[in-house]
Amino acid sequence: MPHDHHDHDGLSPSGHPYRADQDTGLSYWQAMEIAVRELMVEKGIVTEAEVAAQIDAMDARSPAQGAAVVARAWVDPAFRDRLLADGSAASAEMGFDVGPMRLIAVENTEDVHNVVVCTLCSCYPRNLLGLPPDWYKSRAYRSRTVREPRKVLREFGLELPEATTVRVHDSTADMRYIVVPARPAGTEGMDEAALAALVTRDSMIGVGVAKAP
Amino acid sequence: MIPDPTGKRWHDMGGDLAGPVPGDDHDFALWEKRVDALVILSGLKGVFTVDGLRRVLEDMGEDAFETMTYYERWVASLNQNMLEQGVYTVAELGARIEAVQARGTTYGEATDAGA
Repeated sequence: MPHDHHDHDGLSPSGHPYRADQDTGLSYWQAMEIAVRELMVEKGIVTEAEVAAQIDAMDARSPAQGAAVVARAWVDPAFRDRLLADGSAASAEMGFDVGPMRLIAVENTEDVHNVVVCTLCSCYPRNLLGLPPDWYKSRAYRSRTVREPRKVLREFGLELPEATTVRVHDSTADMRYIVVPARPAGTEGMDEAALAALVTRDSMIGVGVAKAP
Repeated sequence: MIPDPTGKRWHDMGGDLAGPVPGDDHDFALWEKRVDALVILSGLKGVFTVDGLRRVLEDMGEDAFETMTYYERWVASLNQNMLEQGVYTVAELGARIEAVQARGTTYGEATDAGA
């Protein structure tokens, strides 16, 4: 693989491989992105600085923000109530702007497990968790999660007891869901920051559970 | 393609049968992040909405979903919305794409040369 123009070993700063088409020849669609961006700048729709700032803002969003919200809900019952009543307002309380979309938090309990999908496209609480993973946008996840959720969850390594009720939430362009995973056993006395470290992205989509301490 | 008698379109895939969920994930390339940023900024500035984005994505059809990557489809939809809004013409777009392609053979060469 031609790779002589980079000073790294083919991995991004977070250790994932770049998509193959980053390093290979200029694709038609990449050329279109450059052309569209330059024309939008020339026509006064956006500035290059705005594009760069928007990318920085998106890069700064990560599942850590959602994890902080979940950990707060675990330690503060009043906040938990506010979060379940109005996810957008409760997130804003913590300084996280979730934008114009309505954010709905759904809580896992001993008896109920929630999982989130977008069957129509790729709607995702991106302002709280960052951009969705590839599999979230895949045909298989979109199609099957509402049809055979337990089987899909098993593919993620999550085996739920038969007695557990599984609730599948289908997101829309105007309404996004985040799962508040159940607080793991043995975490009594842990502080909010330590608890947040147990909250994974997958547990907030509902294809996983929070890590054990 | 013959329309589904129920009126369901290809993108309305909830409940369909499909294979295993793919485990792969990737970090986004700069050009993909730029497409994302341009779409979000267009929405914030009121040039077009997420509904406009989705209308074009859905009208592209199932073949595009299967053969193009996510942000390839997004940049195609962004472009179509820009054309419809009259931000630039098809001729301007064609000329600019040719100019971009003439700058180099990699994304880095083609994007930096225009800066």
